[in-house]
This record gives sequence, C-alpha cells and structure tokens, in this order.
Amino acid sequence: MDLNVLSFATQVGILLVLLAVLHQPLGAYLARTFTSHRDLAAERGFYRLAGVDPTADQRWTIYLRSVIAFTIVSILALYLLQRLQGILPFNQGMAGVDPWVAMNTAVSFATNTNWQTYAPEATLGFGVQMLLLAVQNFLSAAVGIAVAVALIRGITRSQTSGLGNFWVDMTRTVLRVLLPISVVGAVLLVVGGVVQNFSGTPITTIAGQLGQTVPGGPVASQEAIKLLGTNGGGYFNANSAHPFENPNAFTSLFEVFLILLIPSALPAAYGRMVGDKRQGYTVLTVMAAFWLISTTLMAWATAAGAGVGLGEGFEQRLGVAPSSIFATATTLTSTGAVNVAHDSLPPLAGGLLMLNMMTGEVAPGGVGSGLYGMLVLAIITVFIAGLMVGRTPEFLGKKIGAKEMKLVALYILVTPALVLAGTAVTVAIPDLAAAAPAAGPHGFSEILYAFTSAANNNGSAFGGITSSGPGLATLLALAMLLGRMLPIVLVLALAGSLAQQRKIPVTAGTVHTHGPLFATMLGGVSLILTALTYFPALALGPAAEGLVK
Amino acid sequence: MNTTTLIAAIPLALRKLSPRYMVHSPVMFTVLVGSIVCTLVTVVQLVQGSSMAAFSLAVTFWLWLTVLFGNLSEAIAEGRGKAQADSLRASRTSVLARKWVDGGNGTFREERVAGTELAVGDLVVCEAGDVIPSDGEVVEGLASVDESAITGESAPVIRESGGDRSSVTGGTTVLSDRIVVRITAASGQTFLDRMIALVEGATRQKTPNEIALNVLLASLTIVFLLCVLTLAPMAAFANALPTPIVLVALLICLIPTTIGALVPAIGIAGMDRLVQRNVLATSGRAVETAGDITTLLLDKTGTITFGNRRAVAFLPAPGVEPARLVEVARLSSLADETPEGRSIIDLAAQQGVAEPSLEDLGHNSGELTVVEFSATTRMSGLDVEMASMADGGTRQIRKGAASAVAAYVADAGGFVPQETAAAVEEISAQGGTPLLVASVEGGHAEVLGVIHLADVVKPGMKERFAELRAMGIRTIMITGDNKITAGAIAAEAGVDDFVAEATPEDKLAVIKREQAAGRLVAMTGDGTNDAPALAAADVGVAMNSGTNAAKEAANMVDLDSDPTKLIDIVGIGKQLLITRGSLTTFSVANDVAKYFAIVPALFAATFPGLGLLNVMGLASPSSAILSAVIFNALVIVLLVPLALRGVKYRAVSAASALSRNLLIYGLGGVIAPFIGIKLIDMLLSLLPALG
Repeated sequence: MDLNVLSFATQVGILLVLLAVLHQPLGAYLARTFTSHRDLAAERGFYRLAGVDPTADQRWTIYLRSVIAFTIVSILALYLLQRLQGILPFNQGMAGVDPWVAMNTAVSFATNTNWQTYAPEATLGFGVQMLLLAVQNFLSAAVGIAVAVALIRGITRSQTSGLGNFWVDMTRTVLRVLLPISVVGAVLLVVGGVVQNFSGTPITTIAGQLGQTVPGGPVASQEAIKLLGTNGGGYFNANSAHPFENPNAFTSLFEVFLILLIPSALPAAYGRMVGDKRQGYTVLTVMAAFWLISTTLMAWATAAGAGVGLGEGFEQRLGVAPSSIFATATTLTSTGAVNVAHDSLPPLAGGLLMLNMMTGEVAPGGVGSGLYGMLVLAIITVFIAGLMVGRTPEFLGKKIGAKEMKLVALYILVTPALVLAGTAVTVAIPDLAAAAPAAGPHGFSEILYAFTSAANNNGSAFGGITSSGPGLATLLALAMLLGRMLPIVLVLALAGSLAQQRKIPVTAGTVHTHGPLFATMLGGVSLILTALTYFPALALGPAAEGLVK
Repeated sequence: MNTTTLIAAIPLALRKLSPRYMVHSPVMFTVLVGSIVCTLVTVVQLVQGSSMAAFSLAVTFWLWLTVLFGNLSEAIAEGRGKAQADSLRASRTSVLARKWVDGGNGTFREERVAGTELAVGDLVVCEAGDVIPSDGEVVEGLASVDESAITGESAPVIRESGGDRSSVTGGTTVLSDRIVVRITAASGQTFLDRMIALVEGATRQKTPNEIALNVLLASLTIVFLLCVLTLAPMAAFANALPTPIVLVALLICLIPTTIGALVPAIGIAGMDRLVQRNVLATSGRAVETAGDITTLLLDKTGTITFGNRRAVAFLPAPGVEPARLVEVARLSSLADETPEGRSIIDLAAQQGVAEPSLEDLGHNSGELTVVEFSATTRMSGLDVEMASMADGGTRQIRKGAASAVAAYVADAGGFVPQETAAAVEEISAQGGTPLLVASVEGGHAEVLGVIHLADVVKPGMKERFAELRAMGIRTIMITGDNKITAGAIAAEAGVDDFVAEATPEDKLAVIKREQAAGRLVAMTGDGTNDAPALAAADVGVAMNSGTNAAKEAANMVDLDSDPTKLIDIVGIGKQLLITRGSLTTFSVANDVAKYFAIVPALFAATFPGLGLLNVMGLASPSSAILSAVIFNALVIVLLVPLALRGVKYRAVSAASALSRNLLIYGLGGVIAPFIGIKLIDMLLSLLPALG
C-alpha cells in the first residue's frame, strides 16, 4: 500500500500541535490534583464509606500493600463476575466465561494490559462489559498514575517515609482526571460516529431487505477510557479496526490523541511537582523524539515492506498513515488497541512494534507507568553520567547509591526476564508452540510478540496465536501480573528510599538531568539497553523474516 | 608498567583463579564458569575427533586468557602497592627500646626491651641515632627527627613536648638531642603498620560506589545470561541451535568483562595515586568521598597565603623623597630577623637599595644599638652614634605600630602628617598592616612614611579556586584575622566565603552548617583542637607534622604536610570515579559491534537475510566469533595502563566533562570494536585451520 506523505505529516503535525498546546495546562492540573489538600464532597463521602483516612501519609510498604490489596480484589471480582455471568442480569443470554479465559481476562484488565484472549462481543454481555471492564479501565489506569505520583513524591520529599495516600491518589485520579475527560471524549466519539446503544444494530442490505443484526452496545463510553487510560481492551474483537469503535479518519486520529493525552501531560506535572519545569520538558522531549522517529520508521516500513500490495489486515477506510500512527502510539504506550492487524504488517514493521514495547513503553508510555519507566531509565543514565564526571551520582538531589541501583537494576531485569523466559518456555514445549501455527520466523514472532505484549502490559496481539488454552493463558497471565506488580514493588521501594534521603544542593559539579546532553544520553541508554537485550530474539523473528538478501 | 612488574604479577594472577576468590566479581566469575564449560566441551570434541575441535580449542584458550587478563590487571595494581609496602616494612625492623621503668621514689631507671613488647602508656627515651620504637607523643625535650622513612622527605623536622609538634612516628630516627616519648600505639597498630596494610590492599574493602557499580554490572550479566540461555530454545525452534561453545562465546562477549576485569585495578590504582602524592587514606571510601566534596575549608595562613605578612609598598610622607623612605625603612629592619623584617629588606632590594649591611654601617658610623621589638613598645629599630655630626648626637630610627610610633614622634616634638595618617587608615581598611617609619635626629623628629605589610596570596591560588568553582566546589577561608583583613584576603584570593576571627569551634560549626545543607566538606588541620572538626568533616586531611589526635581524627594524612594538597585529593577522587564510569560506558558500548559480529555468524546459514547484519564483512562464522572473543580479551590488556593511570581529569564543569567523556568512551566504545574485530578477523582469515 502506498503512503500518502502529506496526509501522514498532517496527522502527525495535528497530534504534535494539540499535545504541545495541552500538555502544560493538563500537567498543571494534574500537579494540582496531587498536591491539593482539599477533598471534594464526593471524595469525602467515598472515604467515609470505605473507611479511609485521607490524611494518613503512607510509608512505601503501606502504599504498596494498598496497591496489591486493591489489585487482588480487582482480579477476584473480575474473575467471579465473569464466571457467574450466566446468572447475572444484562447478560444478553451469554453464559459464564470459561475458567482459563476468565482468569486471564481478570489479570489482564486488573493490570492495565487488556490482553483479550476471547472475542468480547461473543463472550460478554453489556453487564460485564460496563460494570466490570469499563470500571476496571478507570481503576487500573488510576493505579499506574498513583504509583508514578508516589515516585515523584519520593524524589521531592526529604527525610520522610511518607509517600502520600494511595486511596486518595486513586480516587482523585478517577474523579478529577479520568472521568471528566472520558465524558468529553465519549461525546466527541459519538459525534464522530461511534455507536452508543443497548441493542444490536440492524444492518440493511443494499436490496432493502433486513439482512443481519450486528452486535452494538455502549461502545463510545467504553472506548474513551479504553484509550485515555491506555487500556486497549476493545468492545469488539476487531478493536479499533471495527467500524463501530472507530468509524473514520477523524475518530482514528482522535483515539490516538486520547492515548497520548495523559502520558504526555504527566512529564509536565512531574516538572512542576519537582519545582523545575525543565525536568519535565527533558523527559517529554525524549519521549516525543522516540515517538516521532518510531512513527516515521513505521510508516516507511509499512509502505516499503514486501508483500503488502494487497493490504491484508488493513482497514481500507484508513490506510497506511493512520494505521502506522495508531500502531506506533498503541505500542509505545501500554494501550494495545489496534486499528490494523499487526500480524499482517510487513515483518520489519511488526518488529518495530515489538521494539516499541521492548523499550518498556516509555514514549510516552502507559498512564503513570510510562513516566516511572522513563524515570528509572533516567536514574541509570545519571548513574553512568555521574561516574563519568567524577561524582557519586545523584538524581534531583538524591544520591543513587547501592540500594537505589539494586532496585533500578532489578526493574530493568524484570520485563526482559519475563519476555525471554516466557518465549523460550513456549517454543521449547511443542504443545504450547502449536498455538502459533505460522511456519518459521513468523510463528516465532507471534509468540515473542505475545509475551512482549503481556509482560509490558500492552495487550495488543500479533494475532495468529490462540492463547485461550490453559497453558498459554496461564503463562501470559503470569507475565502480565509479574510484569505489572514487580516493577511497581521496585518503583515504590525506590520512592521510599529516595524520600528518606536528605536533598543535596545542586552545584556546577552536578550532572544536570535536563537539557539536550542529558536527553541524548537518556535516549541512547534506553535504546542500547533494549537493543542489546532483545537483539538475538528480534534477529530470529522479524529480522529473519524481513531481511532478504 | 614494565615487563618486570608484569612477570611478577603472573603468579598472583594465577592464584586469583580460585573460584572462592573469583566469586566476588560476578562478571569475571561468569567468565570462569564459561571457560570451564568450554574446556569440558572441547575435551569431549577432541576425544570424538570432531571437526569443530580446533575452533573450540581456540575459543576456550582465549576465554581462559580473558579470565587471566582480568586477574593480571588486579595483580599488577596490587604489585605496585606490595613494592611500596616492602620498603616501608624495611624500616620496621625490630628495635630495642630504652624503656623507662619507675624505680620508686620518683626515680626512673632505663631498661632495654624489644620494641614489640611496648604497651600504650610506656615511656621510652630516644637519643641521637635511636629509632623511635612506636608511635608516641613527646612528653619531655626537643629533638630533630629524620622522618624520611615515612615521608620520603630528607629534611629533618623538630619534635618537642607540648604544642602541635609533639607527635612522633614509629620507625623514624632521632638525629640530635634527647626526648622522652609516651607510647600511644601498641605493636601492630602503629601508623607504619596501618600504612603497610593500606598500600598492600590487605584492608581493601569495596567502596559504596564500587558496590553500586557492581550491582549494575551484575544485573547486566544476568540480563545477558538470560538472553543467551533463552536463545538456545529459540534457536532450536528455528532449527539453528548453535554449539555450547558458541553460546558461551556470545555470553562472554556480551557481559561487561572489560569493566568487570578492571574495577579492582582502578580502585587500587586510585589509592596508589594518593600514596604517590604522599597522602595516606584510611579507606578507599574516603578517596571516593573526596571526589564528591562540594565545600573546601581552607586555613588562610600557610594554605592560601604565605605564612607571614610581607612588605608590599613604601608610602612616603609628604615632602619625603621616596628613596629616603626606602633607605630609612631598610635601616630600621637591618637587625630585624623576623619574617616581616626580612620582607622589608627584600622589598628594598627589589627597589634597588641593597646597601649598606649592618657591618658596613658599624664601620662607617659610630656605635650601633639594636632596639628589639617588644610588646610594650611595639617598635623596633636602630640607634646610630653619629660620629660625623658635630654634636656627636644619635640618630634614632624606628618602625612599628602606627599608634606607638606616633606617640614616640610626638614625645620628640614631631607630628604625623595628615596624608600619612590617612595612608595608615587606608592600609588598615584594606586588611593590611601599616608600619610607620620615623627618625629622630638632632632633636628633630620626622615621620618618613608608611610600610604596607600584607598577607600575600600564594601565586596561582586564584586560578585554582576558579577551577574549583567551575567544578562546583565552594571554598571557605578560615582565619583568625579580623573581618576587614579576612575580607580583603578573601577578595584577593577569590574564595567564595570566609570566616574571620575563627576559633576551632567555629570550624566545627561551619562544617555542621554546610553538612546540614547537604554539602560534603573537606578540610585540613594539624592541631589537637582541630581534631573534632577533622572528625566531623567528610574528608579530613591531617598534616603529618600535626598531633596524634589530629591524625587519629582525620581520614587522610598528608605526609608532606602541604595543606594545598587537599585540592589534588579532590581531583584524585574524581578521577577514580571518572575512570570507572568511562570504562563502564566503553564496555557496554562495545556490545553493539559484538552482536553484529556474532549474530550473523550464528544464524546466517539458516536465514541468509541475517547475513546483511555482517556489516564488517567478516570472513567466516568461525573467524567472526573468534575475532569477537579475542578482541574482548585483548581490550582488557590494552586498557590496563589506562585503568592504572586513570582517565585524564580536567577541572571543568560537569556538562563539558560529560560530553567529552561520552564522545570518547561512548561513541568511541561503539566504533572501536568494529575496527578491532575486523582487523583481528583479517589476520585470522589467513589461518587455514579456521577457514
């Protein structure tokens, strides 16, 4: 398929301008949300109901315990209600969900992954879709943002053990940030043509006779938070390639905008909270550069790739430019919504999407997780940079000693370990490998993609692979759960350790964590670490398939 | 580094192959395990007569060399310390001490005991020619002592009871006179013993930063271990399973062996550089902290300025010829042996007046009476019998404190001209010391002018402080002078801040204040009253000439007793970290090229497209892998001199140091192995066995 360069540049330009205009005001709003001492009436009511003391300042262990408890309860609720769907109202006659699928889905939605091992419209009724999945879209997104805020507090606070209150951060994120934007987003999506109903949609054939009924539902309301919270679980199996979820070029671009909105405003919030806007700009610049380069490469790889003349897997209404932009945004964040079949992309384009996720989804990344992922990389960068100028490294006035390095080193270990081990185990066991029937490197790519997507909490699938069996469903659920929770444990421990330190004043001998030099180095470190870790795996998958002598 | 030290280090390097020892470095331990695995595989292949055996043998051989090179770098670094320790140990030969034993009734008798049997608190007598048996404090007498065994400085030093020059070090020799010393260190815990242990590296512990770096290196090792371990099933899935030898080779090439092998050598060499500058650190941690120092506390006297005030100008009174003032001022100081007096003679000589000498003056005129300075008169000078004069009167020449000389002149009926009084005020305001020069001759009293004495800032100090500022280090000058004097010197030297009329308690308070603001403070000191501040400072450097209390409290001792060395120490600390950081970057950046060498070699047979990744155009899969392994081993050896010498350190801001080192070791680290591996491959491809 051909790439319309002008159309591509226009769409990228619109996104850049919109985000450039909005990221500061939204960032300021976010910073206010998390530093304000006032509770809304609704929030106070909720705290009383839940028995939460909103003034309690939690140590990192307590903050973590709250995150874990909340996630476990979410998983159990999701699992039970799916299993009991058959006896619950609004099930549209759908039965209880298969236990393996229900387990996988529960973990998937609670971890902000939204890997879907089922066809939603054929498995879940309005009830479960709205009460469980849509609600969970808000909650899992809020968890990510809360953890990022806790890390920022660890950096800014000094000689304290308190990181704030998880329940307050959660509640405020949902009520003050996600809900209002989602409502506006949903209305605009409806205006754009996304369906919002509680009935099937009758389709009339050209001959004027009633032909078929296509499932409808409360799509727009779920769609907005699916993207805004970088969740990605579609109302329909086809996700944003389905005309009811994403009817036209406007909604496609608007959905990408929703994906990028909060992750690209969080650096601004971070800059304000640490009292130095340049910090936020630097992080955002690295994110934006990655995004721009990757999006452009993607458009090139998609257009230039061999064997796509027929455009298999492409939504013909959209074409190369919107698909490249969407696919890149969805994999550089932890979204995983798709408007093109990633499996059908040229091999190098597919490899690029994997590489996007393998960087740890930091450009701009999932809501919250993108920022804390980038900050962890920044700490590694500052460690090496500090050594190179002869100072014990420090990050925004906090010393990066052995303890901090242990946590950071483990953080960068976790996801590659899950991806590589999961892939290796799957390919080593013929029964599991059989889930990806494609021959040669392509089949390998499908498996590698699945574990990359799960461990990074992305949720998009390469397709082709059947992951609903007990073996893969369990392995992938494990990858999703550990890929979400272990980094959170490490980030909160890091925040706790940083908060206890005394702040060191900045001098001319301090390595600045802002400016072009640091941004370049941060980008380089992120890229080299990722590339070195995954080089052999990528060589055997997309490179083996895509490079032709 | 020369051939001798290299050969001397080999046995130690081999001893270090013990797994018990190797396990302390996760990176090099992984290489050791890899080498063992490869050895076993190669033996099996040799027995089976496999065609791969030659290649396996070559890889295994180079893997063992990699391990050995790592140990060798550490052994060479340690070897340098050993040589120093041996020369120190030579001065610790057992000495017979002349111990004073209480004979009752307040009498003492002398008893000969071995130096090693002395206990803390014992009294020993040392006379000319005696070696002082252990560290101690002079409680009686004064002696000149040769401390060259410790300091390398041949000029003898004076040690006397009481005051700040009372400490003596075991192993030094009394040259003249007799002292009684109270022993303050038991055998085996003396300064010399500590020094030997330090330079030998016996007490070397990993420093905090070294631990943090090791964490990063260990995690990189685990990442690559995982990468290679999971590659096996993935490659098998693609029907392209490489041999274990190749997988181990890939692993060893990827893990950060370069920095892993050189970390111990870098640390030892850092300590060594301090020792070469005659500074002893009690721990590697102190050296590292020195690099982080953000505030330097410097004593004004002796550090920033020359120890004494010097004459810098003659300001004649109205109507007085400048030459006459110079002449009289010079005469007034001819008999003055104080440094101030000498500096007046020097300044006069600079202005062309070097005559007459005191003797000539005596010959040419009548009797001379030297008037010594005293605390009551606060003046000094000469009374000259003027034989030439008709009435045979005397000429009285005086210089001294302005108020004292003014009173003296008024007594003789003279006065101080207004301009001169103004000059006196002016000099005081600048922080200098004004000395009035006057003469009374034949009943006529005349003020000739003012000598301006000032603290003279040592040359080059201003530039050094500017350098420090660029590096982000604040300098604070500590002085007992009043605020005006202190402010003037501070401005002239270009320090960032100063504390005037400082007491030892003030020093401690400044340190506490700076530390409370999160800064790291370094200071030097020598007196007992400096001890609390030395202990509180993050880096406290005691002068070897100082008291034992100061040396105990400090974490470094400067054997040359040169307070400005603090600035060098900061540089050494920084250099240590820079070397570590640069080589880490280099090591990791190297991996890019190694992947491009090995991955196509592994899989191009199965997936011809991956041959495109062979950007270096390496001859064959075997030669590609072997070239990467050889490069990986050789680069350790090539970098040993750099590790020992340290990466070049410049006093520049963090940003420019970073961009420079990033360019050299980051970008250089990416490019260098592409060239190196290609060259090795070109050589290897000439060997038929690997074809």
